[in-house]
Amino acid sequence: MTMELSRRLFLKGAGAGVAGSALGAFGFADAEAANAAAIRPFKLTGTTETRNTCTYCSVACGIILYSKGDVRNGEKADIVHIEGDADHPTNRGTLCPKGAALLDMVHSKTRTLHPQIRKPGASAFERVSWEQALDRVARLMKDDRDRNLVVKNNDGVTVNRWATTGFLAASATTNETAWLTYKVVRSTGIVAFDNQARV
Amino acid sequence: MTNSWTDIKNTDLVVIMGGNAAEAHPCGFKWVTEAKANRGARLIVVDPRFTRSASVADFYAPIRQGTDIAFLLGVIRYCMEHDRIQWEYVKAFTNASYLVKEGFGYHDGLFTGYDEEKRDYDRSSWDYQIGDDGYVMVDDTLQNPRCVWNLLKEHVAVYTPEMVERICGTPKDKFLKVAEMISECSSPQKTMTSMYALGWTQHSKGSQNIRAMAMLQLLLGNIGVRGGGMNALRGHSNIQGLTDIGLMSNLIPGYLTIPTEREASFDTYMSTRGFKPLRPDQMSYWQNYRKFFVSFQKAMWNTAATPENAFAYDWLPKLDVPAYDVLRIFELMHEGKVNGYICQGFNPLLSAPNRGKITEALSKLKYLVVMDPLQTETARFWQNHGAYNDVDSAAINTEVIELPTTCFAEDEGSLTNSGRWLQWHWPGGTPPGEARPDNWIMAQLHLRLKRLYREEGGPVPEPILNLDWRYKNPDEPTSEELAKELNGWVVSDVVDPADPTKVTLAKGKQVASFAALRDDGSTACGCWIYSGCFTEAGNQMARRDTSDPDDTGTFPKWSWSWPVNRRILYNRASADLSGKPWDESRKLLWWDGAKWTGYDVPDIAPTAKPGVVMPFIMNPEGTARLFTRGMMRDGPFPAHYEPFESPVANVIAPRVRGNPAARVFKADMAQFGDSAEFPYAATSYRLTEHFHFWTKHVQVNAVLQPEFFVEIGEALANEKGIKPGSTVRVWSKRGSVTAKAVVTKRIKPLVCDGKTVHVIGVPLHWGFMGAARKGFGPNSLTPFVGDANIETPEFKAFLVNMELVSGPVA
Repeated sequence: MTMELSRRLFLKGAGAGVAGSALGAFGFADAEAANAAAIRPFKLTGTTETRNTCTYCSVACGIILYSKGDVRNGEKADIVHIEGDADHPTNRGTLCPKGAALLDMVHSKTRTLHPQIRKPGASAFERVSWEQALDRVARLMKDDRDRNLVVKNNDGVTVNRWATTGFLAASATTNETAWLTYKVVRSTGIVAFDNQARV
Repeated sequence: MTNSWTDIKNTDLVVIMGGNAAEAHPCGFKWVTEAKANRGARLIVVDPRFTRSASVADFYAPIRQGTDIAFLLGVIRYCMEHDRIQWEYVKAFTNASYLVKEGFGYHDGLFTGYDEEKRDYDRSSWDYQIGDDGYVMVDDTLQNPRCVWNLLKEHVAVYTPEMVERICGTPKDKFLKVAEMISECSSPQKTMTSMYALGWTQHSKGSQNIRAMAMLQLLLGNIGVRGGGMNALRGHSNIQGLTDIGLMSNLIPGYLTIPTEREASFDTYMSTRGFKPLRPDQMSYWQNYRKFFVSFQKAMWNTAATPENAFAYDWLPKLDVPAYDVLRIFELMHEGKVNGYICQGFNPLLSAPNRGKITEALSKLKYLVVMDPLQTETARFWQNHGAYNDVDSAAINTEVIELPTTCFAEDEGSLTNSGRWLQWHWPGGTPPGEARPDNWIMAQLHLRLKRLYREEGGPVPEPILNLDWRYKNPDEPTSEELAKELNGWVVSDVVDPADPTKVTLAKGKQVASFAALRDDGSTACGCWIYSGCFTEAGNQMARRDTSDPDDTGTFPKWSWSWPVNRRILYNRASADLSGKPWDESRKLLWWDGAKWTGYDVPDIAPTAKPGVVMPFIMNPEGTARLFTRGMMRDGPFPAHYEPFESPVANVIAPRVRGNPAARVFKADMAQFGDSAEFPYAATSYRLTEHFHFWTKHVQVNAVLQPEFFVEIGEALANEKGIKPGSTVRVWSKRGSVTAKAVVTKRIKPLVCDGKTVHVIGVPLHWGFMGAARKGFGPNSLTPFVGDANIETPEFKAFLVNMELVSGPVA
């Protein structure tokens, strides 16, 4: 992505220059300083801007994520603000009541945080490591495929069909994830493969 | 969408039917506002409820849910009767003049070839008459009684304004006003756009709802033009992409199809995919099918897919049923025939119909895996949440594994919007806790399966062991690497046949477009329609140039749209037979004497002579189909069928219940209710503050619309003694919900076939997880039946009963 000088950075620089010259010229340094001290610093100062797309409907409004820290430089980045992208041809900066509250989605209290397993009959999840969770899923898949892959049908036609495990893909993952998912799922012979297009 | 959101500004008339864009797609709806403000465009809304879209419409007409086909065929009848047809377009660009086999007919609500036991048709008579030259026979004078035009005229004759009123409950004068407004768009200088969403798809005849409008748009000459088109608003941010990439039981990326077990060999498979042109000189672009298919196989298995093993044809599964769609898999699960289920996102406990059945089905699984950024109800179907999920955890033996994933703000890649724009986005935040990207999770599952097959062996390990995996970091393929595979690349040097020293395609390079793909294994391409998205010139999806020459709304350099950056599909049809734009003020593409030129990428070979090659190049006819041969399961023309649960009988064919070709599983048939027991016609919908079940997890949205309710009209409320805010119980033959009653003027009773029909609205959002109050959703009530062609569940029309409940909500 080309991170051209953003409007915000430009305005911030220009604003500082204007304020500096005004203070010097009119001699209101004390009053201005008192006033400035009472004003909360602009919350987007020093944030990293990232272009993104609203995750909800298919209008695909352009949005800008503002974060403390730059995740693409390997830093920990905390998103502190999200707003509509005024450059975007479709939404021209506007967002609907869902898009306007996207920040709360990112920081929802009910985000999933750790892999968990609920054992048969149990009344609660147990936290497990990624290794444990992934090993377990792969084991369950392999065992089921080994037992139930239909290699040939009754007429002797090679069908390589695995119908006892299904995969339901989503609707908000990227095209690239979709393609990787397609590769991984199809290579196993899973036929119960569907997505959320219908609902 | 055939067009784009920004193109809507070019229209003269917007018809919102089967959707509610002002509420569900507010920032896209602004282009309707633009068209109204700047062009004087008008907006018509036809809906059972006086929606937010209706509140800003120039004209609103009520309709009973599930009767759209009768309405639309009524409009087609009106246009034919009043000669409001774009004749030049219809004669040249549609199959109106094609002759249909003598055996084809339609009687008593059924097309020829119906088998009641199989609930299916023998479709062999639904076809053209083929002449000795191998091409379809035509009658350009439209006099032959067997030509499509005359068959259509006969087919729609029954849908008089009086019949429309009887079926739809739309007062005759309101219907006629809508028909008159629409028919004006038959002028080549006037265009109409159709904006629809799940209000048309979620019916047992959803595909035919859309076909009916597409036919009307063809008769008016509104396909392929600026401000026209068939515009599916789509729901989720990348549901267009997931469908394009074919994450469905029977699809291969780019709308190729998975083999069936009748296609034992690659040759047999290809034998029915020749796509020989049905008229002289037509492109019939699917003739390139083999190139796209072989390039796909190469993208899957690269060097292991060779001419010797028919490009690994046998490594694809072969289907024994048309599709293992989500309804079929839950039916099989319910029968105890499924052991494992993996949900990557999606929340079927609330999204699939007949929730009681879904809970029973999930309880029979051995294992369920849920990958999601949010704590879904599906992952907790086994938890008791009182009335909102009344299950006995100890009795459910399903092992459930929940894997935390990143959300949109933390990952990178492209999403395809309704208008087919692939827009790249970048990550802005660190994922919370241990959440990981889906790319990493899918790679980890694959690598583990591969290791297990290497170590332990097992049946047919080859497709897993040989899956192309040339990623720099095998543990986590990057989105750029995957996008390059979707675009396609050169596997081995291709030389100029005339000069073998000249390499035309160099090994390892990205292809420029699907035109470069080959069927000999020298090219690979994950999804042919996405070819061109990431070329040697870089990531086209990341383009952010906002230029829009002459303000056409095309934005040709913003992101990238499939196919080949084309912004309006079938755009050659925006010009007349000679290549001159129908409307100079709204020109899009024209013939300059030597080639096609204009604001968009031509949807035709650039030098294809006008008057010879017709605009609908994907069809072997070269023209668009008013009569769709045997391509749809439920008929070559749409016909009115009632929903499976309807307050009135089908007045055209009283014997026929629902769509006669829709698949119904045996136990579900017994769970359909009748109007004697369930007198009210219910429908589902969504509020502007909500997005399905996701916004339950968002504090702001949970507060904005805090509590589950049902919406009823004042007349019904008075009849039942229900006051605004009363607690009511609503139940169907499958389940029961308790809700606050919102008594509204937005819903008025309709009179259908002499009977008063009350409509009840059931909004979709609530569940038992997240920040919102616990509540129910429509799927506790809705029937387990889908569209005859693509199995979209019938969420928009079902029957319920209702009573006032005294005392607090459970």
